[in-house]
Amino acid sequence: MLGEGIIKGLAETARNFFGSYVRKERLTTVQYPEQRLPQIEATRNFPFLVFDGTDPDAGLRCVSCQICEKECPPKCIFIEKSKDKKPDAVGKPQFYPTVFNIDVSVCMSCQICVEVCPFEAIKMDVQYDYPTEDRFSALLFDKHELSKSNEYYHQIHPTEAAAVDAALAAEREAAAAKAATAAAAAAAKAAAATAVTSTQSNGATPAAAKPATPGAAADTSEAQPAGGEKR
Amino acid sequence: MIQTLDQVFVIAKHWLMGYVPSPLQPLTSAVLSIIPILIAFPLLFAITTWLERKGLGRIQNRLGPNRAGFNGLMQPIADAIKSLTKEDVVPLTADHIVHFLAPLLLVVAAFLAYSVLPVGRNMVLANLNSGVLFFFAVGSVVELAVFMAGWSSRSKYSLLGAMRAIAQMISYEVPLVLASVVVIMQAGSLSTVEIVEQQAQYTHGLPHWYIFTPWGILGFILFMIAATAESNRSPFDLPEGESEIIAGYYIEYSGFKFALFFLGEYLGMFATSGIAITLFLGGWSAPLAALTVVPSWIWFFAKLLALIFAFIWIRGTLPRLRMDQLMNFAWEFILPMALINMFVAGVWRFMAPGIVRWLVCAALVLAPCVVLAALLKRKKKLQLRTYSFAE
Amino acid sequence: MTLTFLIIAFLIVAGTAAAMGFRNPIHCVLALTVSFAGIAALYLELGAQFVGFTQIMVYVGAVAILAVFAIMMTHRPGDPETRIFSRNAFVGVFTAAAVFAVIGWAILKQPATSAATQPASVSVQQIGASLMHDYVLPLEIVGLLLTAALIGAVVIAMDRKEDNAK
Repeated sequence: MLGEGIIKGLAETARNFFGSYVRKERLTTVQYPEQRLPQIEATRNFPFLVFDGTDPDAGLRCVSCQICEKECPPKCIFIEKSKDKKPDAVGKPQFYPTVFNIDVSVCMSCQICVEVCPFEAIKMDVQYDYPTEDRFSALLFDKHELSKSNEYYHQIHPTEAAAVDAALAAEREAAAAKAATAAAAAAAKAAAATAVTSTQSNGATPAAAKPATPGAAADTSEAQPAGGEKR
Repeated sequence: MIQTLDQVFVIAKHWLMGYVPSPLQPLTSAVLSIIPILIAFPLLFAITTWLERKGLGRIQNRLGPNRAGFNGLMQPIADAIKSLTKEDVVPLTADHIVHFLAPLLLVVAAFLAYSVLPVGRNMVLANLNSGVLFFFAVGSVVELAVFMAGWSSRSKYSLLGAMRAIAQMISYEVPLVLASVVVIMQAGSLSTVEIVEQQAQYTHGLPHWYIFTPWGILGFILFMIAATAESNRSPFDLPEGESEIIAGYYIEYSGFKFALFFLGEYLGMFATSGIAITLFLGGWSAPLAALTVVPSWIWFFAKLLALIFAFIWIRGTLPRLRMDQLMNFAWEFILPMALINMFVAGVWRFMAPGIVRWLVCAALVLAPCVVLAALLKRKKKLQLRTYSFAE
Repeated sequence: MTLTFLIIAFLIVAGTAAAMGFRNPIHCVLALTVSFAGIAALYLELGAQFVGFTQIMVYVGAVAILAVFAIMMTHRPGDPETRIFSRNAFVGVFTAAAVFAVIGWAILKQPATSAATQPASVSVQQIGASLMHDYVLPLEIVGLLLTAALIGAVVIAMDRKEDNAK
C-alpha cells in the first residue's frame, strides 16, 4: 500500500513517545550525577593497594618488589623501597614501600600491574569520578590514598576477593605445613643425633649401635629428601 | 460573554484607538495590529523549540533538556542569551553587506507572510483581495535570501548548500501553489478571509472544511509535504543536514544572525502551517457547530499546535531524503498528483452535490495515486549494485 | 506627485542606477531586485493587486534567482573586488539616457488625456474571465511556449544514455 512504511514508522514513534511516560524500557536515560548506571563486577578503573586487617601500614600486602613499576606500560607507578623490614600480616619480616605513587592521569587501566603482582597486593578499584580542577598534583595518588582495606575489596569484587583470600589461605597453609615438616624433620634429626651420642657414650655393642646408626642415617637421609621436596 | 471573549483583542484595539488623535489613527491602527504578531509568533517559536527538543527526546527514548528551569522550560531563554552573547564571526573574504542583509531579508519576508493570516474572527492584519497570492509572492523572496546567505559567505560548502536549498525550494514551490489552487477554485476568491468564511458554515453540525472532500484530503497532504520541503525541515533538510554539510548555507553565520536564520525558518514553518489551516482546515472555525463557544483564535492556535506536533512527529520518524530522491519525488510524483487533484476539483465543482460526487471524486483521487506509485516503484528495480568501471 | 510615489520612484531609480554602477554582477542583480520590488510597490499603489504580487513572485522570486544562477555558473570571481563601482559606469549611464530619451519622446508625443483619472479596479476574477474568454488564444500559445522551453531544458540537462553505455 502506498505510504505503508511511513504509517508503520509513525506508529512506532508514537508508541515510543507515549510509552516513555509509562514504561521504563522506553526511557533509558540515566540522570547523571543523581543516578548512576549499575556496574558489573569486573569493572575496573584505577589501581589501589590492599591491606589486611585495620591498620594500613601494618597490614599492607605490598613488599615493594617493584615488579609492577617495571611492567607498567605508561610508567605511572613510582615506588621507593624501605631500608628496613617490617613484619607483614603473617609475621614474616618484609620490605615495605615508603613511597608508592600512581599518576592516574597517566594510568590507562590495563591491569598489567595486577596480573604480575606475586603478592596479590595491588588490585583494580571501580571508582571513576575524580573531578578536580588541578590537573597535576590532585591526580597523583600517594600510598595513603591508595591503601584500601580487604573488606572494601570484598565489597567491590566479591568473587575475586574470595578467590584471592582462598589462594592466600592455601599458600599460608602450605607454608605452615612445610614449616611443620621441616620442624619435625629438624626435631627428628636432633633426636637421632642425641640418640647416637647417648648410645656411644653408653658403650653399647657396636653391633647394636651399627644397626642404630644406619637406621638413624637412613632416618636422616629419609628426612632430608622429604624436607627437600617440601621446600 | 462568548462574543466578548472571541473578540477581546479587537475590542481592546478599538478601545486603545479611542485615545489616539485622529491624524495618527491609520498609523496607530497598523502598529497596534502588527505588535501582537511580533509578540505572539516569536513566543510561539520559543515554545516550539522547547516542544521540539522534548518531543524528539521522548520519541528517541530519552529526556529532552531538563536542567534549565523546571523541566527545561527556561531552555529557550538560555538559548537566546547564548546566541546574543556569542561572538559574531564573519569570514575575512565574505561580502559584508550581503552577509549582513541575508538574515534580515529572510526574517522580514517570513514576518510579512503573517499579514494575510486570519487568526480569528475579524482578526486579520490586511484583508487583501488577493491574499493567497501575496503569501506565495512573499514566500518566493525567501529563496533570494537563502542565495544571498550562501553566496556571500564565499565558502564552497555554503554555496553548495545554497544551490541545493534553492533547487529544493523552487521544485516544491510549484506543487505548493498548485495544491492551493484547488481551494481557490472551490472558494472562488483569493482572499483568505473569504476562504475561511466559506468554510465556517455548518450542515448537520459538521463544518464545510475542505479537508473533508477527496480533493481536499489529497490537496492537504500534498500541501503539507511541499510546506515541509519549503521550510527545509526533516525529512527534506538536506540543505541544512548536520551530518552532511554541517549547516549548509548558514555555515558561516554565528551568534545572533544564526538565531535569526533559525527564527526565519521556524516562522516560515508557522506561516505555511497557518495558510494550510486557512485553506484546508477552516481557519478559525470550530470542528463542530456545538463547539463554537470556544473563541476563534483559540481554535486557530490549537490547530497550529496540532500541525507543529505533526511536524515534530514526522521529523522524529523519517530519515533524510537524498537530493536526487527529493527532486524525483517533487517532479515525478507530487507535481502530477497536484495536477490530477486540480482536475478532480473541477469534476467536483461541476457535479451535483451528494454521495455520488464524493465516491466518484474519491475514486478519481485514489486511482492515479496507486497507479503512479506502482509505476514509479517498478522503474527502480532494487537489485545488486554493479560497477561498470571497476572490473 | 504624492510622497509615496516619490519614495517608490527614488527606490526604483536608485536600484537601477546601482545595478548599472556596481562592479560585481551579483551586486548588480541584487540592486535590480530592489528596483523590481519598487515596481511592484508602484503597481500596488495604483491598485493593481494581482499584477503587483505576480511581479514579486515572478521577477523577484524567479527571474532574479535565474539571473544569479546564470552569473554564478559562468562568472569567475577571482580576487575579492576592492572597487565597488565599475570603471565603465559612463557607458551604462549613456545607454540608459538614450533609452530614456526615446521612451520619453514616445510618451510626450501622445495626445494629452485628462490626468488623475481613477484607475479602474480590476478584480482577479475579471482578469481570469478575460484570459479565458477574450485572450484564450494568446494564453494557450504562451503555455505551449513555456512547455517547449521546459522540454528543451530537460533535454539539454538529461544524461545522454548513448554516451554512457561503453
